[in-house]
Parts: sequence; structure tokens; C-alpha cells
Amino acid sequence: MGHTSRERTLWSIGILVVLLYALIPVAWITSLSFKSPEEVGDRKFFSGFSTENYDVVFSDDTFLAALINSIGIAGIATLISIVLAAMAAYATSRLDFTGKALILSGALAVAMFPPISIVGSLFDMWRAIGIYDTWPGLIIPYMTFTLPLAIYTLSAFFREIPWELEQAAQVDGATPFQAFRKIIVPLAAPGVFTAAILVFIFAWNDFIFANTLTSTDNARTVPAALAFFTGASQFEQPIGAIAAASVVVTIPIIIMVLIFQRRIVAGLTAGAVKG
Amino acid sequence: MAQITMEGLTKRYPDGYEAVRDMDLAIEDGEFVILVGPSGCGKSTALRMIAGLEDITEGELRIGDEVVNDRAPKDRDIAMVFQNYALYPHMSVRENMGFALKLRKLDQDEINRKVEEAARILDLEQHLDRKPSQLSGGQRQRVAMGRAIVRDPAAFLMDEPLSNLDAKLRVQMRTEVSRIQQRLGTTTVYVTHDQTEAMTLGDRVAVMRSGMLQQVGSPMELYNDPVNLFVAGFIGSPAMNFMPATVHGDSVTLPIADVRLPQGMREKLGRAEGKQLLAGIRPEDFEDAALTGDARDRGSTFPAKIEVLESLGSELYAHFTVTTDQQIESQELRELAEDVGGGEVPMAGEEGHIVARLDPQSGVRVGQESELWVDAARIHLFDPGDGRNLTIDATGPAATGRGQGPEGRDPAVPPREDERPAEGA
Ligand SMILES: Nc1ncnc2c1ncn2[C@@H]1O[C@H](COP(=O)(O)OP(=O)(O)OP(=O)(O)O)[C@@H](O)[C@H]1O
Ligand SMILES: [Mg+2]
Repeated sequence: MGHTSRERTLWSIGILVVLLYALIPVAWITSLSFKSPEEVGDRKFFSGFSTENYDVVFSDDTFLAALINSIGIAGIATLISIVLAAMAAYATSRLDFTGKALILSGALAVAMFPPISIVGSLFDMWRAIGIYDTWPGLIIPYMTFTLPLAIYTLSAFFREIPWELEQAAQVDGATPFQAFRKIIVPLAAPGVFTAAILVFIFAWNDFIFANTLTSTDNARTVPAALAFFTGASQFEQPIGAIAAASVVVTIPIIIMVLIFQRRIVAGLTAGAVKG
Repeated sequence: MAQITMEGLTKRYPDGYEAVRDMDLAIEDGEFVILVGPSGCGKSTALRMIAGLEDITEGELRIGDEVVNDRAPKDRDIAMVFQNYALYPHMSVRENMGFALKLRKLDQDEINRKVEEAARILDLEQHLDRKPSQLSGGQRQRVAMGRAIVRDPAAFLMDEPLSNLDAKLRVQMRTEVSRIQQRLGTTTVYVTHDQTEAMTLGDRVAVMRSGMLQQVGSPMELYNDPVNLFVAGFIGSPAMNFMPATVHGDSVTLPIADVRLPQGMREKLGRAEGKQLLAGIRPEDFEDAALTGDARDRGSTFPAKIEVLESLGSELYAHFTVTTDQQIESQELRELAEDVGGGEVPMAGEEGHIVARLDPQSGVRVGQESELWVDAARIHLFDPGDGRNLTIDATGPAATGRGQGPEGRDPAVPPREDERPAEGA
């Protein structure tokens, strides 16, 4: 154990490079969002400071509607997906039943389809059954595409939990469902939150479905709305406003990750069983 | 409160391995039964079948008067202490112990009272608000114990509940377990490796080997009348000494001496005349010949050169070696005897190691030729074919061969007329 100081330096440099690479575009967008329309093209990192773009964004009804749609759709999709995935993952990691391998590989197969290949048919189907441009119209595909990932993530966590815990609960008088809810789920919490973050990010960031399966403020989410963004007047490039909107939509994600990350602590099962 | 009855209980795992085979055991209401046997013999599996955590492949299990084969663990009204504790890591000690009561919807005051009572008995009071990860192994084991005793179940099932405690705590907890069980009068099945626990705790002891029940009986029955070589070697510490033997007329030829057998034993051995047998003698059935007094006529004396003397104050162990020109035909049996017994079983041209427990007053010296005595009435003689004890009235399962029933008996010595199954009183 113990890293030499040389190793530590190399690691620090590596981490710094990755951080810069990832964060410079974010910083650039943030700086753009605080520029007035005249300064947008000035290629400077710091020029004036104006909140004009934010005023534009927050006075735009389309954007506000999109923000609500995004929060609602991503939130509901995450909730349903995690509940279903938890039950499916539990079944596949604990029970031996025929067709288990088939279900798992089927789930994986679903995740392998590129969204672009099915979005066309979804468009037709959704219009035919009348959920085009509605919340369920987006929640359903988000759930479908995130379930496999959530199932795999969660079953990895469930497998870590000693089976005896559940048996102890059953001997203590718990029904299988009580054992699941009171023992397994709390212990798999890190897994649940990991999966929740992944699902939420997928739904929040999706552009293809949101753009194709919506047409009005009814269900259009932020990524799609950004593409229709016009800015303060029709005659100027809405670059500053788009930057401001991008910053605004990033904030919920950051908050969500910060909240859940605190729950993602390893070693929750420490002390459960001998050895 | 309930009796537990197992009839032909068999567990076959999906890979085909039979961990428990055709187990018959009737446990009385309020009885304390110990399940012992070497590692991997199926003790935990048997216990888990009673708890309902393992499906029963064949046979019938009754708790009280009801067949519970297909009943879920929660409906069997049993409390179990798991071999690896299985504490709920996200709950405090208090919540761990109170979990079962909470599920039964007792009110919080009642739960607290019961949990604190159990914590007091188990000396866990100052740890009630800690998480299992903050406890030592012994403390965790006591919490696992506490989780069972806060309830008032039909039966306790305990899987080596004291294995992780230090010697002092183990003795203390052993008496505690015994006290709790006597006070509650709850039927208890207790799995252990530990000789002392097996001999002191239970009303009856059931010895298992490779999934087969070998013998069930009171500790003294198992000790005095083991049905086969396995039980003989497994029960008792230090273990029984094994050596080759041949019966000629009214005496038996042992590597140490020719010993005259008592009348009763000779009658039982009639059919083994001249055959190669295996003798088992417990260390405590030897004595310094100078100190035998009136008992001297019951046995024979022989010279032995003491190599090592171990004095524990109250006990004195003398180690010596013997040689023989007799041969044990069954390699399997010989290995078994060496496995469960005190050491090497001597064969032609080889040396065997014998341990004798002598009176601490004995004047024997290391390196000195001493006169020792062996109690002829307490010698056990085993059939060399299947390891059955020929010197007792009952017959039990063969000690050799996995899963050989009485019908699989090797007829090195033909069965007696009066043979009957071994189930103890
Ligand atoms: N799921 C399983 N599949 C196949 N074989 C198993 C399974 N579980 C246990 N066994 C086998 O069954 C036998 C009995 O196991 P069991 O746990 O009952 O032993 P034990 O007597 O409790 O041993 P120990 O004293 O070491 O706890 C062992 O040989 C083990 O390898
Ligand atoms: Mg075990």
C-alpha cells in the first residue's frame, strides 16, 4: 500500500488534464451566457457581465414550459424505471426460474438498438394511439431504454448482499416483500441511487425522442426546446440566450447528482456476516 | 412449544449432492438436542430444512402435529441463530433484536422492555445503539443470539452460536444458553463442533457423518456405548486410541498385551473368534498399575515406556508407543480410525501412538518403563469390515462407505439374532 510521491504527482497531473478537458467547454458556455449580444463574438473569456440572456430565458414561456416538462418527464421515468428494475433485478439475482437467461439477454438486446432506428416507427405508432406529444409518449421510451441498464446495475448490487440477511428476516417473520423492502432495498440504496442518476441523466439529456415525438409546449423537453430557441428578437443570433439556457438546464442535474452522491457510499453491508 | 419430528428427511442439492440422507429424528417438546459432526456433514443443511430455508427433497417434517414441509419460514414460528450471524447491517443492535417483534406489531414499550432484558442477559446493554459493523465478532454473535431469545418461538435453532467467542466468554455463554433454555423450556436444536458443548448442553446428542445420522442418545450413551468406530472416535477428548486386536477364546490380543475379557463381552464376541478386529480404548480407561486398587482384577497390566508426560494439574496424560504384527485389512476403516481417533493406528511393523490418562498422583516418569493397567470391561471392539461396535447390544449404521444402510453391511462378522436399531432411549 501507499503511493510514492512520484506516483501521486503523476496522478494529480492526469486528473488535472482530464478535468480541464471536461470543464473548459462548460466554463466557456458559462462565460458566453453572461455576455451581452455585442460581446458574444469577442473571443474573450472575461468581457462584461450582463444577466440579459438570463432575463430573456426566464421570460420565455416556451423555455419555462420545457423546463417543467423535462423535470416531470425525467422524474417520472426515473421513478417507474427504478421500481420496475429493482423488482426485476431482485428476481434475476435471487431466484432460479426458467427463462431467466432469456430475460437478461432480452433486456440487453433492447439496450443495443440505437434510438434512431426505432424513433420513426414510434412516431407513427404514437400518433396512431394518440400519445404523440404527451408526457407518456416520452416516458415510455425513456423507461424502455433505461431499464436494462438499471437492471444490470441493480442486480450487481443485490448480488453483493448476503442471502442470509433475507433468510434471517424471513425467520424473524417477514413476508418476502417485507424482507425485500426493509432489508434488501435499504442495503442496495447505493445501487438504487446510482441507477437513478444514470436513468435521470439519460432522460434529461435525450434529444432524439424529445425532438421527434413532440411538437408543442405540451411535452417538449429542454434539449428539444433549445433547438427552437430564437432569442430576444428574430434578427439576432440567440447564442447568448442558448448558452444561458444550457447553464440553466445543467443546474438540476448537478443538484441531483450532489444529493444522490452522498448516498452512494460503499460498505453498507459491513458487519452483516462473519468473514 | 412443540416437538419436531423428522422422518426420512433427505436433502439433495441441485448438483446432485446429498447433504442429508434419510434422517429420522424425533425431538420432544422442550428437549435440547445437539447436532454434532465434522465439517461438511450436513448439520447446517438439516437445521435449515427445519427452518424452512432449504427445500426438503424427500421425507416429512413436523413441528407440533403439523406437517410443515411446504410452509414458509415465517409461518413455522421458529427463531434461528445463523452460523455467520446474518445481522442487519443498517440497523442498530436494538433494532436488530427488535425486528421480529416489530413485525409482530408489538408496541414500542414492550419491544424495548424485551430487547433490554435480552441485552442484559447477553451483556450487550452498552452496545444497544451501535451498528453491527462497530462490534467485535463475539459481540455480533451475541446480538445474533439476542435476536432469537427476545422472541417466544416454538423452537430455537442455533448454528454454532458460540463459535466466535473466546474461551472464557464461551463458558459463560454456554451456561447462559443452558439457563435460558431451561427457563423458557423451548425445544432447541443446537449445532456445534465443540465436544464440551455437545456433552454438557444437551439432553440428547445426534452425531452425523456425511449426511447420515450415526447415533442419537444421551451424552453418556454415546460415550459408553458408541455404535460404531466413527462415533467412538468423534466423542471424547482426547480421542479414543485405536489398535488392531484378535479374539482367542476368552482373551483378546492387543499390541499392548493379552487381555482377559469379562464374561458378558465374550458372549457378544462369539462369532468374531480368530478374526482380525479393531480395538478402541479411551485414554481414561488406562491407569497406573500401582494405583488401581480393587479394580485391578477387572483388567490387565502391561509394561510401557513413557515418552511424554503432560500434566494439567487435575489430569495427567502419558504418551507411549506400541508395535504390532497384526494387520488391518480395510484401508478405509484404518484411515477413518486415524481421522477421528487419537493418532496412527499401528499395523504390522509400524509404531502406534497411545495416550493414557492417569491419576495425577501417579509416579510414572518420562523415559522410564512403567507398569500400566487397562480396564478390560471398557475395551471396545469394532468389526473390521464396517466399523460397527461388537461389544454393545445395539447396532448402528456402518462407519465405512457413504450412505451404506444396515443392508449394505459387510459380512466380515455375521449379524446376531438380537440385532435391533440403534436409536437411543
Ligand atoms: N448449495 C449447495 N449445493 C451443493 N452442495 C452444497 C450446497 N450447500 C452445501 N452443500 C454441501 O452440503 C454439505 C453439507 O453442508 P453443511 O453446510 O450442512 O455442512 P455443516 O455440517 O454445517 O458444516 P460446517 O460445520 O462446516 O458448517 C457440504 O459438503 C457442502 O459442500
Ligand atoms: Mg454449518
